Amino acid sequence: MNVAYYPGCSGKGTSVEYERSTQAVFASLGISLRELSDWSCCGSTPAHATDARLSAALSARNLCLAADTMRRYDATRFTTPCPSCLANLKTARHHMAEAKFREQVNKLLDSPCPAISDKGEDPLPEVVSTLQLLVEDYGLDNIAAAVRTPLSGLKIAPYYGCLLSRPADIMKFDDPENPTSMDRLLEALGAEVVPFPLKTECCGAAMGIPRRDITSRLTGRILETAVTYKADVVAVACPLCHMNLDLRQQQAKAAGNASYKLPVLYFTQLMGLAYNLPMSELGLDKLAVDPSEILHKIGKEVSA
Amino acid sequence: MKIGVFICHCGSNIAATVDCAKVAENARAFPDVVFSTDTMYTCSEPGQEEIIAAIKAHSLDGVVVASCSPRMHEPTFRRTVERAGLNRYMFEMANIREHVSWIGKDREANTNKATELVLMAVEKLRRNAPLFSKKFESTKKVLVIGGGVAGIQAALDCADAGLKVVLVERETTIGGKMAKLDKTFPTVDCSSCILGPKMVDVAQHPNITLMAASEVTGVSGYVGNFTVSIKRRATYVDWSKCTGCGLCTEKCPAKKSPDKFNEFMGPTTAINIPFPQAIPKKAAIDPAACRKLTGGKCGVCAKICPTGAINYEMKDEIATEQVGAIVAASGYDLVDWTIYGEYGGGRYPDVITSLQYERLLSAAGPTGGHILRPSDGKEPKRIVFIQCVGSRDKSIGRPYCSGFCCMYTAKQAVLTKDHIPDSQSYVFYMDIRAPGKMYDEFTRRAIEEYGTEYIRGRVSAIQPDGKGRYIVRGADTLLGKPVDVLADLVVLAVGVEGAKGAGKLAETLHISYDHYGFFMESHCKLRPVETNTAGVFLAGACQGAKDIPSSVAQGSGAAAKVIGLLSKPQLENDPQVSSVDIKRCVGCGKCVDVCPFQAITKENIRGEIKAQVIEAVCQGCGLCVATCPQGAIQLSHFTDNQILAEVNALCQC
Repeated sequence: MNVAYYPGCSGKGTSVEYERSTQAVFASLGISLRELSDWSCCGSTPAHATDARLSAALSARNLCLAADTMRRYDATRFTTPCPSCLANLKTARHHMAEAKFREQVNKLLDSPCPAISDKGEDPLPEVVSTLQLLVEDYGLDNIAAAVRTPLSGLKIAPYYGCLLSRPADIMKFDDPENPTSMDRLLEALGAEVVPFPLKTECCGAAMGIPRRDITSRLTGRILETAVTYKADVVAVACPLCHMNLDLRQQQAKAAGNASYKLPVLYFTQLMGLAYNLPMSELGLDKLAVDPSEILHKIGKEVSA
Repeated sequence: MKIGVFICHCGSNIAATVDCAKVAENARAFPDVVFSTDTMYTCSEPGQEEIIAAIKAHSLDGVVVASCSPRMHEPTFRRTVERAGLNRYMFEMANIREHVSWIGKDREANTNKATELVLMAVEKLRRNAPLFSKKFESTKKVLVIGGGVAGIQAALDCADAGLKVVLVERETTIGGKMAKLDKTFPTVDCSSCILGPKMVDVAQHPNITLMAASEVTGVSGYVGNFTVSIKRRATYVDWSKCTGCGLCTEKCPAKKSPDKFNEFMGPTTAINIPFPQAIPKKAAIDPAACRKLTGGKCGVCAKICPTGAINYEMKDEIATEQVGAIVAASGYDLVDWTIYGEYGGGRYPDVITSLQYERLLSAAGPTGGHILRPSDGKEPKRIVFIQCVGSRDKSIGRPYCSGFCCMYTAKQAVLTKDHIPDSQSYVFYMDIRAPGKMYDEFTRRAIEEYGTEYIRGRVSAIQPDGKGRYIVRGADTLLGKPVDVLADLVVLAVGVEGAKGAGKLAETLHISYDHYGFFMESHCKLRPVETNTAGVFLAGACQGAKDIPSSVAQGSGAAAKVIGLLSKPQLENDPQVSSVDIKRCVGCGKCVDVCPFQAITKENIRGEIKAQVIEAVCQGCGLCVATCPQGAIQLSHFTDNQILAEVNALCQC
């Protein structure tokens, strides 16, 4: 199975462990991720906060590359692990269905996007998250079949963040308020999923830069609730959520909340653990909060 | 033929954008027109007198008035020409207000269009013929559909006036939504104490036949003479034998059956009497929950019943009734609020509807009148009410205000403090709508005397805190800040829509209904209890969200209309009906199939099959005219010749 792949800038920097574990998990499942050659910024926050057309042009460039990659490798799907990239790529494609907007975007591009066909089919491909691809295309049964070390005894709070399922009419994924895809995936790995009510709550996102107090309060609430539900670990699918929840735990504590020592792992890292993939490929050493306790629970060591 | 034309200014409604004098002047040149003028208000008394004087002075045979919609004043002017000695059908109306002056600003174009519409009316009038109504008998009996407070009021008022009444109720008891309420605003008097006696009156009134557990399945006929089929659902209890002793409900082993009357707040038995004051006080079996009916084993109720009333073999029955008029009072249901994922979508046990909360407050409810949380049976101390859940929300297709939620929320907050003095209530609201008599004073009381904290803003999410409570997260739009309120119990003031099955009932009754399942009144201001089907009237929340006083008032209003209709010794039909030219009719029967009122029959006339119109049944819709391949059916007052004359007039302009 060939899949066109857009890693996004975080994957090459702040969330290298997400990128590495995603690559490892997909390889172990026999899915070839074909990275777009010469991909560029998706048009995220700085661009879309300035001008929707500029942001869409950046996404459109990558969508054109994705179409090429899919043709070259006979790929049926186009995926990205980053919800922020996902939202931008999807939003751009959504708006570009409108002829006038598409024309304005094309003016910004050296090579304009091909037109929508008479039948209404857009040559720009649809993008899905790696989570959606795994759950809907690869299938939970196959995900479960690859498990070598079940994560039994591990209580996980699944945290989706704000973007994966919302806005519902653009993301077209799962229940917008109460998504369950990651829950089911983690259950397929043998873990116990706690009924976490803050699945789609705001983590503070980029507010951590101008207003650290807001992010501290928001991350504090998510961590506090995960602890209340007796979770051993929080599973995430977003580099920014991960940064806020993992890296800022000390700040959440400083904001007046209790002291946390709650490991926050990408769901792909948890999959890698269940699949017995080499630790070196999972990037657990990159985490701010030490995960040794949860590894111990499933009979593993960081250095193993 | 001599025709008079009157162009109405309607104050400035028409005259502002139509040169009425010019239209009148143009009309003088039309064929057969011998008199033409423009007047300020043609419908006023001097305006009508002017018409009468002109008819007499110029010996007019017919009159055209160019003014508003015929739905507004056609009956007025028909009476006017009748007063002057003309046949009422020697009158035509040109709508130059709704169709001209209100929709266009170009004075010249409007004047031209008005002139053309007047010419069309003149050409039609030249081919009009006097028509005469026929008189027919009516059945002095009324069908009331729905035994809520509106239907009860309509039934009692009709019965007191001497009419026979058939009251059909879908559930096994009358009382409707009001019977589920604990207390009523703004007086905080007990709902069942004021409704109970009326329900008893229904049961005891010699003129009322009560058919509970029944539904109207078919209506045919016409005003004054409807034939109604009513399905009596099998209750598996012979109500002629059941005394309502309740022994069966004590012994029934299926004690975990869903309790619809209590809004599913607690279990009930498969055989049950919904509440102590039920009318009729008869037991009925829920066939989906009964062990005997689902599994074939049990039969405890049959063994215990002292009168041998249980009959597991009972089948649905169809009854037929002849009635002269119908009152629809089928009420409302709550919008399905579980589409709100942010409020848990029904996953959280302590997030309940306002109607469920009423059952918790009621002494006859599942908790004996103690407010206890569904999750753990504990008394809540912090109660959050959220208003406008499923109303005033375009995103879910419910843009309208449900009207009474502000008031019952205030009432529930007051009652909460009465039940649990050390409790604190919070109300998230958009606007407080309390325009009724003593209503605003009541909400002030809830805030000022009962310390209810009103927070102006919407709730974005309800989230369990993992320790048994809920965090209600919203915005305080007066402070411009987000707020979190910790709650033990959350009560949603869920908006209302037409009762389940209302659309189907409307189709059965041949009346219109809107997107939300509410029945359409004939005129939103001037004919609020009538429908566009003669003889069918509306009462209560089936027409739109209404509180108890308004429902009762409309129940009485509908009854007054029924009494007025059926107090006439005979009814007159509308002579604008179809008639068959039997020389042309080939008896194909297409008109019989297409007629929505079963007004056409096939008759054997001298050995040949011919269509025949029953004049009293025909509603003059014209479907048969358009369908007839032979052109053998004509609709009086709207014949092909008359319509083509109008078209020709327009094409000549």
